[in-house]
Amino acid sequence: MSALPRAHELGLIGCHVCGLVCRDTPMDDAACPRCGSALHRRKTASYARTWALLIAGFLLYIPANVLPIMRTASLGDVDDNTIISGVMELWNKGSPDLAVIVFTASILVPMTKFFVLTTLLVSARRGSNWARPQRAKLYRLVEFIGYWSMLDVFVVALLTALVQFGIFSLVAPLPGVIFFGLTVVLTMLASMSFDPRLIWDGRTDDD
Amino acid sequence: MTDESRATPPDDLPQPVVRSRRVGISLIWLVPVIAALVGLSLVVHAWLQAGPTINISFQTAEGLTPGKTPVKYKSVTIGKVEKVRLSSDRDHVIVKVALEKSAESFATADTRFWVVRPRIGLGGVSGVSTLLSGAYIGADIGNSKEEKYRFKGLELPPAITHGSPGRSFVLHAQDLGSLDVGSPIYYRRIQVGQVASYQLDKDGSGVTIRIFVGSPNDRFITDSTRFWNASGVDVSLGANGLKLNTQSLAAVLAGGVAFQNPPGPHDSTPAKEDASFRLFGDETTAMAPPDGPAHYIRMRFKQSLRGLAVGAPVEFLGVNFGKVVSIKMDYDEKSQSFPIIVGAVIYPQRLGQANDKLVALAKAQGDDADLSHIVGRLVAHGLRAQARTGNLLTGQLYIALDFLPNAAKVKYDPNARPLEIPTAPGSFDKLQEQLAEIVDKIHKIPFDSIGKHLDDSLANLDSTLKQVNGQVLPQVSETLKGAQSTLGSANHMLAGDSPLQQNLGTTLQELRRMARSLRVLTDYLGVHPEALIRGRHADPAVREPAAEPTTPATSNGAASKGSKP
Repeated sequence: MSALPRAHELGLIGCHVCGLVCRDTPMDDAACPRCGSALHRRKTASYARTWALLIAGFLLYIPANVLPIMRTASLGDVDDNTIISGVMELWNKGSPDLAVIVFTASILVPMTKFFVLTTLLVSARRGSNWARPQRAKLYRLVEFIGYWSMLDVFVVALLTALVQFGIFSLVAPLPGVIFFGLTVVLTMLASMSFDPRLIWDGRTDDD
Repeated sequence: MTDESRATPPDDLPQPVVRSRRVGISLIWLVPVIAALVGLSLVVHAWLQAGPTINISFQTAEGLTPGKTPVKYKSVTIGKVEKVRLSSDRDHVIVKVALEKSAESFATADTRFWVVRPRIGLGGVSGVSTLLSGAYIGADIGNSKEEKYRFKGLELPPAITHGSPGRSFVLHAQDLGSLDVGSPIYYRRIQVGQVASYQLDKDGSGVTIRIFVGSPNDRFITDSTRFWNASGVDVSLGANGLKLNTQSLAAVLAGGVAFQNPPGPHDSTPAKEDASFRLFGDETTAMAPPDGPAHYIRMRFKQSLRGLAVGAPVEFLGVNFGKVVSIKMDYDEKSQSFPIIVGAVIYPQRLGQANDKLVALAKAQGDDADLSHIVGRLVAHGLRAQARTGNLLTGQLYIALDFLPNAAKVKYDPNARPLEIPTAPGSFDKLQEQLAEIVDKIHKIPFDSIGKHLDDSLANLDSTLKQVNGQVLPQVSETLKGAQSTLGSANHMLAGDSPLQQNLGTTLQELRRMARSLRVLTDYLGVHPEALIRGRHADPAVREPAAEPTTPATSNGAASKGSKP
């Protein structure tokens, strides 16, 4: 692999939009002469953006778990549930399968994303060449599961819209779900801001 | 870098355009800062919202769910049950409640807490809303500013919430009857209040009931208002027939208190808060004038008192002013008799004005409170106690104090306590004596000789009647026959076709004609008076009236003909 040159070694840069290859320039704010879009070797400020978004997402993940996300009222019996209490209630009331799904979507997936992105950021910054293909796979995994982490929000939104039977049954969203939704959006933005090519930067002596 | 030939780009590659520098990348850090701020604001908010935590002890935690059961004041949630645990002695449960910040003032000394559950009683149904929503803890705040964090919860909802306009009063009763907390207070059968609480007196001699009467009806309670227990059915049989008197059916079932001011002039100053009243058993006793202090008297009867019961009335000149409280038997060795000692309490105030005057008199004369000297004078004047029959059917007795003018003089000891009123044999005993006398007198009547004389007289009467039958009756029948024939001939004579009648008719006709000629004559003489001397000369103008045709001598015909000339 060491024989393979990289674009910036050749003094070249490719436009991400139209695919035009042009000469590299040390200037930061280069633009494609054909389509006018910004030219960059790597995504702009990838580390900073990813870190910032990741930290913001994590901060919001705390209220998302502490605050109740959904209120179910049935015949005057009002129940406010946080994510964890909902999972536990599902488990206790005889739906372990649903409990596992909700747990996976609401707790496991976001935590995995935080963990994976942090790992990727740290390792890429250090220019580590440890398990690069696996890290690339991890990144693709994070990108993929990102689509599905809105499950809780969808559940609350659907139930709120469907279960409106006045005194008999009522589901209402509570502030927690907003924080949860923001967390999911921020982590998705974080994973988008991360440039997977950073994994492959750094020392290439072992390639 | 290593392989120059492969890596050499074509020379005609274009140069990128260089644009002005954009805003620095540090802006992205605003996102986590905002997120942190939001999180921080949540923490601050939660911290600001957190109120005091209090512990309330209850007998049972029935219906209380940790983390769910709210604490409400006027239906507004002011806190939430955080935790329910047993007390260390396992005697009650301790409910940990997190109050909201705005409800800080509820953690003060005289706040009351109770569990609102559905309650169904005779007095009504409450807490129905909790059937579906589950129980909640109700709160009622007082005036105190003193902080307190441990409370003893009420087992029953308080009847009166703090600050509701009105006044509370205290009633003293012999027993609670069927009253309960929340029992209604009626004024003219409108509910105006509730029983707030009750408790035994410290010495156990009665019950103190606290009632609350809401504004504006509390102004009807004056210093002279009478309260009575309205839970009973009052049946009275009087001269007007059977009378059934009750409050509303709910009050009959669930109990209640009614009050009213006595009729007539009374003290109408509105009663003060917490004023004390007596709770009477029924309306009649409540509305009766106050009895005043009771006096004890004793009477010694020498006769059987069958029919006299404890509680029998004592009347003075027909006014009920006391009751018998004890009937005991004594033994008199001297006369080998068993006199009966009757004890009675009397309420002299029931005598009204008479009592006032007597008391005034006693004061003026320096008599004691029992009026023993005045009573002594009355006794000398003939005051005696008698056991009289109140009801001839059941033979029940009552004690009557009356003046017996010809009562035998008795010894009276004004210093004896209790006062002893001399007795006289009862009216019924007297009646028995008199009856015996009458029977005795009847016994003395010589019924034998009367009977004999009567028998003789009857025999005489019999012979007389026989004589009458044998001799007088035949003669009577003959006489009657003669009378009958006489009447027959008289009848015949008076018949329409009898000669007498005919003759009478003719005679009357003649008489009429005569009267007519007489009238003609007088007319003629009136015109020609000289005819008396000269005689009548022929004058065509004067015509001898023609003789009337003979008509039956009916008055009708006579009248019609007579009017013609």
